[in-house]
Amino acid sequence: MKNAISIWDKGIIKQALIGSLRKLDPRKMLKNPVMFVVEVGAAFLTLRMIAGLITPTAASSFGFELQITLWLWFTVLFANFAEAMAEGRGKAQADTLRKSKTETTATLIEANGNKRTVAAPDLRKGDVVYVAAGEFIPGDGEVVEGVASVDESAITGESAPVIRESGGDRSAVTGGTRVLSDWIKVKITSNPGETFIDRMIALVEGASRQKTPNEIALNILLAGLTIVFLLAVVTLQPFAIYSNATQTVFVLISLLVCLIPTTIGGLLSAIGIAGMDRLIQHNVLAMSGRAVEAAGDVNTLLLDKTGTITLGNRQASEFIPLAGIDDEAFADAAQLSSLADETPEGRSIVVYAKQKYGLRGRELHELSTGQAEFIAFTAQTRMSGINLDGRQIRKGAVDAIEKYVLSGGQQSPAELRTVVKRIANAGGTPLVVADNHKPLGVIYLKDIVKGGMRERFNQLRQMGIKTVMITGDNPLTAASIAKEAGVDDFLAEATPEDKMALIKREQAEGKLVAMTGDGTNDAPALAQADVGVAMNTGTQAAKEAGNMVDLDSDPTKLIEVVEIGKQLLMTRGALTTFSIANDIAKYFAIIPAMFAATFPVLNALNIMGLKTPQSAILSAVIFNALVIVALIPLALRGVRYRPMSASSLLQRNLLIYGLGGLLSPFIGIKLIDLLITALGLA
Amino acid sequence: MTLNGILQILAYLAILTLLAKPVGIYLVKVYNGERTFLDFLFRPVERAVYAITRVDAEKEMNWKQYGVAMLIFSLVSTLVLYGIQRLQFFLPSNPQGFAGLSEHLSFNTAVSFVTNTNWQGYGGETTMSYFTQMAGLTVQNFISAAVGMALAAVFIRGVSRFETDNLGNFWKDVVRGTLYVLLPLSFLAAIFFVSQGVVQNFKPYDTAQLTDVRTIQVDKKDAEGAVIKDSSGETVQEDLVIDTQTIAQGPAASQLAIKMLGTNGGGFFNANSSHPFENPTPLSNFITMLLILIIPAGFTYMLGRMVKSPGHGWAVYSAMMILLIAGVAALYWAEAMGNPLHPANVDQVAVGGNFEGKETRFGIANSALFATVTTAASCGAVNSMHDSFTPLGGLVPMVNIQLGEVIFGGVGAGMYGILIMIILTVFIAGLMVGRTPEYLGKKIESFDVQMAMLYVLIFPLIILGFAAVTSISPDFGLTSLNNQGAHGLSEILYAFTSATGNNGSAFAGLNANTLWYNTTLGIAMLIGRFLMIVPVLAIAGNLARKKLVPATLGTFPVNTALFSILLVSIVLILGALTFFPVLSLSPILEHFQMVNGQSF
Repeated sequence: MKNAISIWDKGIIKQALIGSLRKLDPRKMLKNPVMFVVEVGAAFLTLRMIAGLITPTAASSFGFELQITLWLWFTVLFANFAEAMAEGRGKAQADTLRKSKTETTATLIEANGNKRTVAAPDLRKGDVVYVAAGEFIPGDGEVVEGVASVDESAITGESAPVIRESGGDRSAVTGGTRVLSDWIKVKITSNPGETFIDRMIALVEGASRQKTPNEIALNILLAGLTIVFLLAVVTLQPFAIYSNATQTVFVLISLLVCLIPTTIGGLLSAIGIAGMDRLIQHNVLAMSGRAVEAAGDVNTLLLDKTGTITLGNRQASEFIPLAGIDDEAFADAAQLSSLADETPEGRSIVVYAKQKYGLRGRELHELSTGQAEFIAFTAQTRMSGINLDGRQIRKGAVDAIEKYVLSGGQQSPAELRTVVKRIANAGGTPLVVADNHKPLGVIYLKDIVKGGMRERFNQLRQMGIKTVMITGDNPLTAASIAKEAGVDDFLAEATPEDKMALIKREQAEGKLVAMTGDGTNDAPALAQADVGVAMNTGTQAAKEAGNMVDLDSDPTKLIEVVEIGKQLLMTRGALTTFSIANDIAKYFAIIPAMFAATFPVLNALNIMGLKTPQSAILSAVIFNALVIVALIPLALRGVRYRPMSASSLLQRNLLIYGLGGLLSPFIGIKLIDLLITALGLA
Repeated sequence: MTLNGILQILAYLAILTLLAKPVGIYLVKVYNGERTFLDFLFRPVERAVYAITRVDAEKEMNWKQYGVAMLIFSLVSTLVLYGIQRLQFFLPSNPQGFAGLSEHLSFNTAVSFVTNTNWQGYGGETTMSYFTQMAGLTVQNFISAAVGMALAAVFIRGVSRFETDNLGNFWKDVVRGTLYVLLPLSFLAAIFFVSQGVVQNFKPYDTAQLTDVRTIQVDKKDAEGAVIKDSSGETVQEDLVIDTQTIAQGPAASQLAIKMLGTNGGGFFNANSSHPFENPTPLSNFITMLLILIIPAGFTYMLGRMVKSPGHGWAVYSAMMILLIAGVAALYWAEAMGNPLHPANVDQVAVGGNFEGKETRFGIANSALFATVTTAASCGAVNSMHDSFTPLGGLVPMVNIQLGEVIFGGVGAGMYGILIMIILTVFIAGLMVGRTPEYLGKKIESFDVQMAMLYVLIFPLIILGFAAVTSISPDFGLTSLNNQGAHGLSEILYAFTSATGNNGSAFAGLNANTLWYNTTLGIAMLIGRFLMIVPVLAIAGNLARKKLVPATLGTFPVNTALFSILLVSIVLILGALTFFPVLSLSPILEHFQMVNGQSF
């Protein structure tokens, strides 16, 4: 999390304070029915208080009325502050991105081939620009001609330059990145204001933030509860009149504000924005809040084998000498055969020989050049190796080596075929080493599963998520790796069409599917998947098709994306439960306070022993306001997510937020009551 | 509280639990259109009904068609019942020669029986002819129950089916529910009740000579019936010798059975199930209580069976049972504590607590259990005066209804009521497991929440709205009160709670046969039934259309004890948060006043 911003960042807090005042505009408040009701209540009481000052009545008590009114305004402001904080943090993230979007000029190539300098924002989709070394790429696009190294650190944070060239999967470039060497011609693929950085900035700034499906449903629930409480409070006055215990409007509105779910109502949008924000901290850009929510619902993860489940390359994991060959001698031959082999597999053989047999990797220059002759891999021989001190050491696939052995008039033993077959069956790749036309043994190359993946998949399984490994390997190899990595299923010899079919099959069963992809041929599947994370190194088509882009191009991150989605939903649920559970204590504070003057026997309900009716009501209102502030960090950070089954998660969260929500206000209101009576405020 | 009393209550709960599964299995067969062991008897009748009414029983309906059929059917039922009451003087089987009923009482009663409420603004044996009772009221007792059951079946289908608009056929559901469930069980129960001494005849009322002749003082009236006042304005009193008693007769047993089984609750006699001809023995009382809850309990098992998760059915059953036990325990405890305001010469210890308004043949335990059961289910039959309970004892029946009639609830109505609560529970708590909330593989989305909240909103809107207006209207609201203060408020609140909850039990102590009460209570019953059914059907239709998401370890579990507790909490919190303010001015205030020796 390189972009993490402290919750107490001074600049953001300052901005948020201003923002919370600006958000008092009733037109903006209307989007949040719960807080809108509070604002209307506060405005109404303000007018009443002023009217009371002009024509005082016997019943009015200015000190009490002022405090109630002020705290209602604070309640609204605190909720606004929470939203402004979340937006501020989003903006801060966006600003980092925006820095890369400095105003630049571009060299436009006109249809007749003439070059013309234009301002970058004037570029339109389909324009072709020429970008030379040292220049910024003016917009998202595709390389149509040339090869260049590009510094994308502004977006990815990765300092190593990447190669971008026309055609293939490395043709996409992002606006705001810089060409380091050579030149490229780029065809612009988006209009100004539509590049994915633009979209992203708009999303985190909350300007174009659409409410997500779950957020809408929750908002309906909260609005419904607000109406129920409005009803309970409005009808309470006639009942009070019947009982000769008529209430002031200050008390009634206090009761209303305490009962309606202000805690979750005030924090709801902050939670949503913060969810997007956490994704950005992981260097993932989501194109919509809906995608983040869908990530929490994912049932099936399609994971590419290479890079996600296994380290990118195969590695030597065993040397198997044939009968009569010495272990050490075979290891030595194997190492010698690979000294000049710069492929990752070759290097792994050198390393393995060193680790297992203590054979130090000899540098090329240590071997006298006259004696040592390296044989490079060719398509004809399909072998590589070394000629050294009269020895001809060769390494290659079994077919190639057998041919080589026969060419020397030798016979390869039956044992060789047995060993090779065993390795292939186990999902490995066998490489045979021969010395002077005599086979010595077999090197077992194996896909190495990344550390900790098995545990990760176990956690996912506990969360009810199925993992499917996608690989181009044959079914045998795939099955073996799948078993080792602990994935639930695999798709072998996968073509883009197979992938698409798999996604559709899962979706037909009602499941939500998440996948990663980078190539143009991944685009249809990325679009079909419910959560499609495109790698930033991928093609423009892939990025357009997916609903998230991973700037680090790390396919493993899909798992984190799912966790962030779940965390977002959990935070909403936890705070809703907390908010509703809070109401019980508020009743015990306010109801006896309302009626104890007329019916002293009702003091029996004042189980918190609050000092006076006024202090009781004030304490409840203050608690109600402060709890919003107290929960802002939780709303921004999200509730702690641990991978476990739904049952245990539910139990845990109910205990913390349900029971906690029930009990905490009893303590909080009592403490506030003690404090304000000590200060003489009520 | 006595051991004997507790044992009787436990025996009742145990037998109810044992019956839930067999009844549930039978309900599944009836509503799935499968063969039952009664086919030989009723299948020909069923076919004949379809043939005569030209109903294509195999044609499935979507939720809108189903709703329209149900509404039209209920409207016709209401009009017919209204007509019978208005014209009863003209109709046969009226040995007492009762006149037709007033417009507003006829409206109230028609609505009351069609909505399965059975709120009674009249006294049965002094108002209704045998024809009205049998052809009008008892018919509705069957039909309104069958409609409720049909709706529960629809909701269960909505939950268990997927990617379809078809929710069943309204006519088929009503006919099968009546023929295969209500008729045979009522028949058996009626015969049993006759064996216990419940009357079943068409005779005119008897007159018996009292051995214990009494003389009471009544207002003296002139020839026109006006009260005569003396010169100082005081009413003139005269002696009235009471030496005879009218013994009411009639076909009571046949109506009694369906009154309980269909959670209707409308008594044949004014005194309802405390009348010795309507509930003569402790055994008849026990069976009566079983009949009330047997179908609602069966529906929970049917739910589990239809969604292929019997555990879920039992979890819902357990949640209801927890609330039922809590209610009966609180009521029994409150009544056993007695009333400190009774004069010292009333020996409350000897009778085991507050015996006012209770029948000696039932005692406190069986009165407490009956009151809990009848208000938990929206039955509304009573075997004791709820008005005479201690304040907390009276609070329990009222809260039972205010929780939304979901503690087993009315036949069918309880099932769809609890399903709304389940949807809210799953939505609120479901988010906490980090997924879009799902109920049995169906995603709960904004439309479902919207409809569920509508359902939740209508209920307190009607109760609190009407009660609030009534409580500050001295002319038409307060004049009907027999009591003032907190108890008076309880009476008003109870009446609107009972009507809106389609319960029909009365707190009594309130003269509800006035234009205002008959009309507003009638409207409350209508809205409490039909307006609330619309969102129910909409949700059922919407759920049935959804794709089924396969259950995984990440799915919110709905068959655990934790789920039952959650469901109980949501039901309690929603109810408590809505009604606590007004309750604190009525029974709760009255309780603390009683404890402190205050009365009004």
